Amino acid sequence: MAEKRLSKADSFYKVYERTPSAIKDVTHYCPGCGHGVLSKLIAEAIDDFGIRERTIFMSPVGCSVFGYYYFRTGNIQCAHGRAPAAATGIKRAYPESIVISYQGDGDLAAIGGNEIIQAANRGENITVFFVNNAIYGMTGGQLAPTTLIGQKTTTSPFGRNPANEGYPIRVSEMIATLEAPVYVERVMLGDAKNTNKVRRAVRKGLSNQIDNKGFSLIEVLSVCPSGWKMTPVQAKQWMNDFMLKQFPLGVYRDRSEEIPVRESQRHVFSVDGIRDKLELPKSGEQTMQVEKPAAEFMNPRLKLAGFGGQGILMLGLMLAEAGMRAGYHVSWIPSYGPEMRGGTANCHVNLSERRIGSPVVSKPTVLVALNQPSLDKFESEVAPGGLIIYDTALVPNPPKRKDVKVLGLPATTIADELGNTRIANMVVLGAYVGYSRILPKEVVFSALPALIKRKNLLPLNELAVEKGMEFVTRMGS
Amino acid sequence: MLEAVGLVQAKVVVREDECKGCGLCIAACPENVLFEQKHLNRLGYHPAGYTGSGCTGCGTCFYQCPEPGAIAVYKKGYVGEEVA
Amino acid sequence: MAKQLIKGNEAIVKGAILAGCRFFFGYPITPASEVAEAAAYYMPQVGGTFIQAESEVASINMVYGAAAGNVRVMTASSSPGISLKLEGLSYCAGAELPLVLVDIMRAGPGLGNIAPEQSDYNQIVKGGGHGNYKVIALGPNCAQEMCDLTMLAFDLADKYRNPVVILADGFIGQMEEPVEFPEAYASFPDKPWALHANADDEHRLITSIQLEPEMLEQHNIHLQEKYRIISENEVRYEDYMVDDAELVLIGYGVVSRILQTVVDDLRAEGKKVGMLRPVSLWPFPSAHIAELGDRVKNFLVVELSNGQMVDDVRLALMGKTPVHFYNRMGGMVPSPEEIYAQVKTIWEA
Repeated sequence: MAEKRLSKADSFYKVYERTPSAIKDVTHYCPGCGHGVLSKLIAEAIDDFGIRERTIFMSPVGCSVFGYYYFRTGNIQCAHGRAPAAATGIKRAYPESIVISYQGDGDLAAIGGNEIIQAANRGENITVFFVNNAIYGMTGGQLAPTTLIGQKTTTSPFGRNPANEGYPIRVSEMIATLEAPVYVERVMLGDAKNTNKVRRAVRKGLSNQIDNKGFSLIEVLSVCPSGWKMTPVQAKQWMNDFMLKQFPLGVYRDRSEEIPVRESQRHVFSVDGIRDKLELPKSGEQTMQVEKPAAEFMNPRLKLAGFGGQGILMLGLMLAEAGMRAGYHVSWIPSYGPEMRGGTANCHVNLSERRIGSPVVSKPTVLVALNQPSLDKFESEVAPGGLIIYDTALVPNPPKRKDVKVLGLPATTIADELGNTRIANMVVLGAYVGYSRILPKEVVFSALPALIKRKNLLPLNELAVEKGMEFVTRMGS
Repeated sequence: MLEAVGLVQAKVVVREDECKGCGLCIAACPENVLFEQKHLNRLGYHPAGYTGSGCTGCGTCFYQCPEPGAIAVYKKGYVGEEVA
Repeated sequence: MAKQLIKGNEAIVKGAILAGCRFFFGYPITPASEVAEAAAYYMPQVGGTFIQAESEVASINMVYGAAAGNVRVMTASSSPGISLKLEGLSYCAGAELPLVLVDIMRAGPGLGNIAPEQSDYNQIVKGGGHGNYKVIALGPNCAQEMCDLTMLAFDLADKYRNPVVILADGFIGQMEEPVEFPEAYASFPDKPWALHANADDEHRLITSIQLEPEMLEQHNIHLQEKYRIISENEVRYEDYMVDDAELVLIGYGVVSRILQTVVDDLRAEGKKVGMLRPVSLWPFPSAHIAELGDRVKNFLVVELSNGQMVDDVRLALMGKTPVHFYNRMGGMVPSPEEIYAQVKTIWEA
């Protein structure tokens, strides 16, 4: 017989235990405040739709901050303006829940302006109730983004001046320009007829969410008798006379009919096939046994440098990947960021029989320099007895150091002859492993597929490695 | 207790303890059957009161009243108890 | 189990997913972007959610919302982005929400640059946001720990209903090393306090507001008690050749790796030098440092900052042992040779 009785909704707590006030059966709202009426309409709709148990009510900051005193639902109190973001989080965790973001004008249109626009634009399946009373109520009547021109507030004591504070923001019109929102309407808690429109809008906004149709925003013009310094009855008149002109009522966007009803997709926690999905290596993959190189080439600390685009970072990664497969401790550090996108690139690689200390190579035992600036910059850093590998095709002035080994090869020319200039890095890789004998060809080849995504390029890369190895073999013979 | 046949006359019940005396119900009542009472309630407000007759059960006052529990409206034909 | 050569930033995401995390709300920033990128790639494939938020502020608040539910959730950023997240982090700490926040530190102040620094120590370990809160802070120094400590972070977060931060420098995030990934958790313990979108929710409230000073003081006392328990139980550190050390180097993150090389070099010369690496930056291994202070002659703290962690070392020692300090800033990273020279100076003094 509920329809024959209008009384406090079941979706309100009977007793407001969470209020610190000694009186626990009345709200904190001022006499005549619109919040109470809107809350009643929402609670009634929650009752009627039978969604109380799965409803989560967001209370941000402002007069809406104490929503959790009243709504007998799940409650999240959140930061000023951030309710649409926090609502997004909990809604994504529980798509079957009904999430209500209940926000005032300072919260939604000022500090939370971006959050509401972006949540609307993502089409979050939530319902937003936006109470526009043209003022900051909770903090004592300061200027809101929706304060009317000329309206006096405690922070616009001479009246809102557009030259200083800009114009009142029309939120519904703004949100309605977005593609994603399903339903945007501005209504007013005015006379019985208008209040009935609010009631219908509240129910529509919630229905849309229940049917998984997407984002609904209901802007509710409301009185703030305390902030406006009027009696509740005067305030209603003022809202009619002045707010309506700035904030015309109406439906600004409604796609409720065109969007089909959808089932909620509950989040289900699963670990099925998770290692494959994460592309983790199979436990059967074993490290390959390799012979140790000569002592002078053991535990190399490499610095590799060249132009961006020469595949320097990839070369370093190949060495690290192959080194790992040979059972070495390895590390690879790139120079990262804007440098990657043009200019120079370098990386540091360690292969070691022991746990690697510094991954940053300050005194390399191997320097790979694929252009002149890299050689000029890093030649002096190379440890005495170390090795410098450089591309003779691109480095006209060879290394001057006499206390290091030097291996020059026309890597880019060789790569060109293979039909792909960009493969020079693999020629260098072949030359280095061939010269130092730190890794056999088989290990290098086994590493290639891990890093080369285009499998049709594998044979060319293998060939380039072989050409590099052949070069040092020929050189040695 | 109300008769099993239901209320023969709609009525409005103002819970005076919860009324903040804002007067919105009084201003909105189309039948003018609500009025501001002379006495102060525990909150220090003059609560609204029902004259005792003439309520049509339209619910206008309920939807004007900001306080969830301050007003209950029982329409003609209502069967059951008053809410606690 | 076979190892995978992987970037620290990606190892975080794989570790997180193995630990049961299915929700990631992020925003791009160098040098942390690979964390979000990996989450964007893997989360949808494991039935999870990735959202690129409109801002760091929104992302931490999305985390706040999701962390109110019975799920595991994370976000990641780098120093300037972390500054933006601190408001939300304070709310999360106040509401006692478990979450994992990754900070791949870059150089500041301001926009600074994208090279590694450790100058977020104070904003994470000492608070940064408003209020009397603490977050557990873990400082990995290799890709393996990016995975392992992230997994641990989720467990600690749930165990204590508290945010946990992975505090790593840009090099630890960008470095690739072999990682052995453990088995995935089949499940994680239910969070009885959390929202479940069911009938019990009417008794559950996620909030950081306590209007009455008496109540808020009680809440703060409760938090401090929790922090005391964490301090007693969750201190983690690594000793490297400290048993007979006369000089102990202290550093975390990439610095600890450099210090290891310095210790190795000095040990080769017969010098009794060791290293202490705090793994938990909060709670800080103060008691252990104090104990070392009774037998160690000198400490040398090395940081990629103006000297933030060194304050905690000094507090732990209360003046009983000399504490030396060496630092680089702005994205400069000291070479082992540089630190070696510092040690020599101390040694010869």
